[in-house]
Amino acid sequence: MFYREAGQFKTGYAADQAIFPILQDRLFVIAVLAFAFVVVPLTANDYWFQAILTPFLVYALTALGLNILTGYAGQISLGTGGFMAVGAYSFYKLTTGFPEMNLIVAFLIAGCFSAAVGVVFGLPSLRIKGFYLAVATLAAQFFLVWLFNKVGWFYNYNPSGTIDAPPREMFGVLVTGAAAKPAVKYLAALSMLTVFALLTKNLVRSAVGRSWMAIRDMDIAAEIIGIRPLRTKLLAFAISSFVVGIAGAELFALHLGSVETIAFDVTLSFNILFMIIIGGLGSVMGSIMGAAFLVLMPIALTNLLVGGFGMQATSAKHLEFMVLGALIIFFLIVEPHGLARLWQIAKDKLRLWPFPH
Amino acid sequence: MNAKKLTLGGMGAAVFATLFTAVPVAAQENYMFLPSLVYRTGAYAPNGVPFANGYADYIALVNARGGVNGIKIKLTECETGYKTDVGVECYEKLKNEGPAGATVFNPLSTGITYQLIEKTWVDKVPVHSMGYGRTAAADGRVFKWTFNFPTSYWSQASAVIKYIGAQEGGMDKLKGKKITHVYHNSAYGKEANPTLKILAKKFGFKLNLLPVDHPGQEQKATWLQVRRIKPDWIFMSGWGVMNQVAIKEAAAINFPMEKFIGNWWSSTESDVVPAGDSAIGYKGTAFHGAGANWPVFDAIKKEVYGAGKGAGPIEGVGEVLYNRGLINTVYTTEAMRTAMAKFGNKALSGEEVRWGLENLNLTAARLDELGLGGFANPIKISCRDHETNGPVRIQQWDGKKWVVVSDWITPMADVVRPMIEKAAMAYAKEKKVPVRKCDGTD
Amino acid sequence: MGTVYDFIVLPLIDIVEYPLFFIEVVIGGLSAGVMYSLVALGFVLIFKASGVFNFAQGVLALFAALTLVGIMDWGIPAPLAILATAGVMVALAIAIERLMLRPLVNQDQIILFMSTLGLAYFLEGLGDTLWGSNVKRLDLGIPEKSFEFQGILLNQFELVAAGTAAVMVTVLAVFFHRTRVGRALRAVADDHQAALSVGIPLKSIWIIVWSVAGLVALVAGIMWGTKSGVQFSLSLIALKALPVLILGGFTSVPGAIVGGLIIGVGEKVAEVYWGPALGGAIEGWFAYMLALVFLMFRPQGLFGDVIIERV
Repeated sequence: MFYREAGQFKTGYAADQAIFPILQDRLFVIAVLAFAFVVVPLTANDYWFQAILTPFLVYALTALGLNILTGYAGQISLGTGGFMAVGAYSFYKLTTGFPEMNLIVAFLIAGCFSAAVGVVFGLPSLRIKGFYLAVATLAAQFFLVWLFNKVGWFYNYNPSGTIDAPPREMFGVLVTGAAAKPAVKYLAALSMLTVFALLTKNLVRSAVGRSWMAIRDMDIAAEIIGIRPLRTKLLAFAISSFVVGIAGAELFALHLGSVETIAFDVTLSFNILFMIIIGGLGSVMGSIMGAAFLVLMPIALTNLLVGGFGMQATSAKHLEFMVLGALIIFFLIVEPHGLARLWQIAKDKLRLWPFPH
Repeated sequence: MNAKKLTLGGMGAAVFATLFTAVPVAAQENYMFLPSLVYRTGAYAPNGVPFANGYADYIALVNARGGVNGIKIKLTECETGYKTDVGVECYEKLKNEGPAGATVFNPLSTGITYQLIEKTWVDKVPVHSMGYGRTAAADGRVFKWTFNFPTSYWSQASAVIKYIGAQEGGMDKLKGKKITHVYHNSAYGKEANPTLKILAKKFGFKLNLLPVDHPGQEQKATWLQVRRIKPDWIFMSGWGVMNQVAIKEAAAINFPMEKFIGNWWSSTESDVVPAGDSAIGYKGTAFHGAGANWPVFDAIKKEVYGAGKGAGPIEGVGEVLYNRGLINTVYTTEAMRTAMAKFGNKALSGEEVRWGLENLNLTAARLDELGLGGFANPIKISCRDHETNGPVRIQQWDGKKWVVVSDWITPMADVVRPMIEKAAMAYAKEKKVPVRKCDGTD
Repeated sequence: MGTVYDFIVLPLIDIVEYPLFFIEVVIGGLSAGVMYSLVALGFVLIFKASGVFNFAQGVLALFAALTLVGIMDWGIPAPLAILATAGVMVALAIAIERLMLRPLVNQDQIILFMSTLGLAYFLEGLGDTLWGSNVKRLDLGIPEKSFEFQGILLNQFELVAAGTAAVMVTVLAVFFHRTRVGRALRAVADDHQAALSVGIPLKSIWIIVWSVAGLVALVAGIMWGTKSGVQFSLSLIALKALPVLILGGFTSVPGAIVGGLIIGVGEKVAEVYWGPALGGAIEGWFAYMLALVFLMFRPQGLFGDVIIERV
C-alpha cells in the first residue's frame, strides 16, 4: 500500500542512475540517517554510545570493507585483522608524529598505508583461489601482528608495546582520546560509515564494480571477455584494505582508545568474515546487518539472561554461546544468503501488501 | 516468509531493543556497589575462576558479618572472557550502578586495565590493578585514579634477580651467569623486560629473551633454544596454557625445576597440576600466602560455605589464585573502611574510595585482626606511591601444594622507582595529564 | 635486528658446526609437525568427503577430550572411557547431520563453513556447561620421559604420537582408496546432487565422515590434552593446522602428514636459527609464509586434487 513504485517515472538520466530509484527507499534512508544523526545523539547515554553504537559502527565499516573484497570481488580474506592493525598503527604514528595534522587527513593516510599493504598481500590471489587463498591471507594476518608487536618504532618504544590514542581535536572539538565525548566519537564513526556506504554503493554499480562481480562469478570467463584479473583483483584488495584500514584506525582511536596487537588477532579476522556471511555477501546493507547481529546479539543475550532471568554471569555466558551458535545455524538454514536477503524478501512482500495476489 | 512473520520479526526487534536498557535496581537500603570483572569462560578461565571465587567469597564473609561498618556491599559479576572490548562494555554498564556508583574496578586483565586507566580521569572511578596492568601507574602524582599495590612486575623482576643472587651466594656471583626470560608475547609478558635489561647491565649476567606467542600450546622451538643456551636460571612471565606446556617442556629437556621461577601469574595450581610429577620443585613468586591455614579461611568455610553461599567448590578455598582474589577484596574493603573514617559510614562513591585507597594503611596488627597475620605484608599507600615496591616471596610446588620457601624479598626500589617516574612523566606529557604536587591540596 | 652477516652466514656456520643440535631441532620440528598433522587430518577428512571447511574441528577436539576426562572422573577405566567417548562423538555426528547438514544440502561452501562456526559456538558452550572450565589433567599412562640416543635427546611421548599418526594415516588412506565407502565419500565431495542421483546415500555418508572426524578429533584431543592439560585453549590448536592444510592440500590424507612435517621442521629451524636475529616468535607467520611459497608453485597444495577450471 505504502511501498509502491507505480507512477514514479524516470524522466532523465540522473533519475535513472539514482542510488535509490524508489521514492520510498529514499525517504526511508533519509529518515534512518536523520534518526541516527539527530535523535540518537540527543537521547542515548554513555553505555549505548561506548559499548554498543560505536563498536557496531566500527565493525560495520570493517565488514563493508571486507565485503568489497569477498562479497563483490569473490576473494576470501582472513587478513582483515592485520590490515586493521596497519590502519591503527599508522594513525597512531601520524597523530603522535604530527600533532597538528587534521584528523580526516590522518584517517585517509592511514587507509592509504593499509591499501598499499593490502596490494602486496593481494598478489598471491592471482594464483591461489578459494579457501587456499583464505588461509594464505592468514600469512598477512600473522606477519603484520608480529611486526607491530616486535618493532618498537611503531609504538614509540614504550615499555609495554601498547598504543594509546592521543587527545586530538577537529573543528575545536575533541574527537579522540579518553576525554572526548562519547557522542562525538559516535558521530565521527557514523559519518565515516555513511560516506563509505554511499561511496561503495556507487562504486559497485560502476565499471569497476561490475568487473569485480565478473571476476567473482567466474574469473576465466571474465578474463576472456577482456577484464584484466591482475588489475581488478589488486584494485579490490586496495580499496577493501583502504576501508578496513580506516576502520582499524577507528577501532583504535574512537572505540578502544588503547590497544595492543592482540586486539587485532586472528579471531577478529574470522569475526569480520562471519559478519559478512551472516549479513549477506555482496551487499552493503548486509555488511551493516551482519555487524549488528554479531555485535549486538551477544550483548543482548547477556542482558536478557543476566538482567532478565537473573542467571549467574557465567552460566549465562555458556548458554549464550549455545544460543548464539544455534541462532547462526538457524538463520543459515532459513536464509543461506544472509540477513540482507531477508530484507529484500521483506521489501518484495511489502510491495504487494496487503493484497498478496 | 509472510506478513505475519514480518510483524513478529518487528515485535522481536522491539523486544531486542529493550534488552539494552539497563535494568533499574530496585530501591534498597544503603549499599556499596562493587563490580567484579571475571572470566569464567574462554582460554584463561582456569585462572579466572578461582580468582573470582576468592573475590566473591570474602565479600560474602564481610556481608555476613554486617558489611563494612554496617554498610553492605553488592557484588555484581560481569563476564569478560578476558576480552578487552567486552571488558569495556562491562565497565560502561556497571560504572553508574548502585546508590553512589561503582566503588572501584579490578579489571584482572592488563588489556582491560589499559583501557580503563584512560577513562578514570573522566568517570572518577578508581582502578586497582593488583600486581598487573600499567606499571607506571605506581606514580600517584600522574595516575591519580589508578593503583597497582602491593607490588608490580618491575619490582617483581628485581626481587627475583635478588633471590637468584642470594641462591648463587651473593649478587657479585651473578656476573657471567645466564638468565633466560621466557615471556608471553604481549603487553603483559613484555613488562619485565626493561627492568631485566637494566639489571643485566648492572650485575653483569647474560640475559636471553624468548617470546612465546599467544596461546602458547606449542613451544618446541623455545625450549630447543633453552637447551642450546643452557641458562643457569629461567624466569617466566606466562599466562594460561603457556605455563603448563612450558613446565612440561622444561621437564622434557631435563631442566632442573628448582632453577625455574614463574612470576605470580605463572605459579598457580592449574599451571602445575597438568604437568604431574614433572612439576615438582618448580618455583614461583607470590605477594601473599599459600594454602588455607589462616583463621579467615575457617571463617569463610563456616560462615559462607556453611550457609551455602560459596562461590565455588569448597576444595578451591586456599588455592593460589583464590587467595589472590581474597587479598584483593581485603585491600578493597580496608580502603572503604579507611574512607569511612573521613567521609562517614555511608555508601561511598568511587571518588571517596579513591581517597581510601590512597590513604590505606594496613598494619600487621590489623591483618592479625582480620585473621590474616603473616598472609600478606603490611602496606601503606601514599599520594606519590601507589605501588610501594612491595616485597615478594618465593614459593615452591612440592607435588601437592605450594610451600613458601623464602623470606620477604624487598625489590630494588633504587632501580625500579626512577624507571617508574620516568615512564609516568612521559605519559603525563604525551597525554597532557596534570602532575599532582602531593602536598595535600590535590 | 642483526646485520646481513649475522642473518645469513652465522646461522649456517652454526648448523655446520653443531650438526647434532641441528638434528635435534629437526627432530623437534618433526614431532611438532606430527602433532599438527593430527589436527589437520580431521579437517581433511571432512573437506574431502563433504566439501565443508570445518571451523569447529578444534572445538571438536576440545569437546572429545573434555568428555573423556569427564567420564574418567567417574572412575571408569581409560579404555572403556575412550570407547564411551567414541560413542558420544558418533552420536554427535548423527545430530550434526540431522540438524545442520541435512537442511543445508547443496549450499555454497562458504555457507557450510559458516554453519560450522555456529557449531563451534554451540559445542563450546555445551562443553563448558557440562564439564566446567578448569584445567583437567589427562593421564592415560603414555610415557613421557626423555632419553638420550647417540647424544640426541628424544622423548617417549613424541614417539608415541608419531606412531599413532602413522597408524591413523595408513588406516585412513586405505579406507579412502580401497573401500566402497571411501569411493562413495569422494563422490559426495565432488558433487552432492550427482552423488545422490547415482544412489549414494548422502545421509549415512555424512554420518560416517563426521564420526571418523570426531574420532580423529578425539585422538588429537588426547595427544594435545596430555601435553597441556584439557582446557579451553585446546580448541585453538585448529590454527596450527591451517598452514599444514594448505601446504598439504585440503583433500589429501598423506598431504596432511607430509605438510605437517614440512611446516614443523621449517618453523622450528627458522625460529631457532633465524628467530633471534629477528626478535623471536617468528614461527607463527613463518609457517604461513612457507605454505604460501609452496602454493605459488602448486595452488592446490602439494597433494591436493588438481583444480580444473572450465568456462
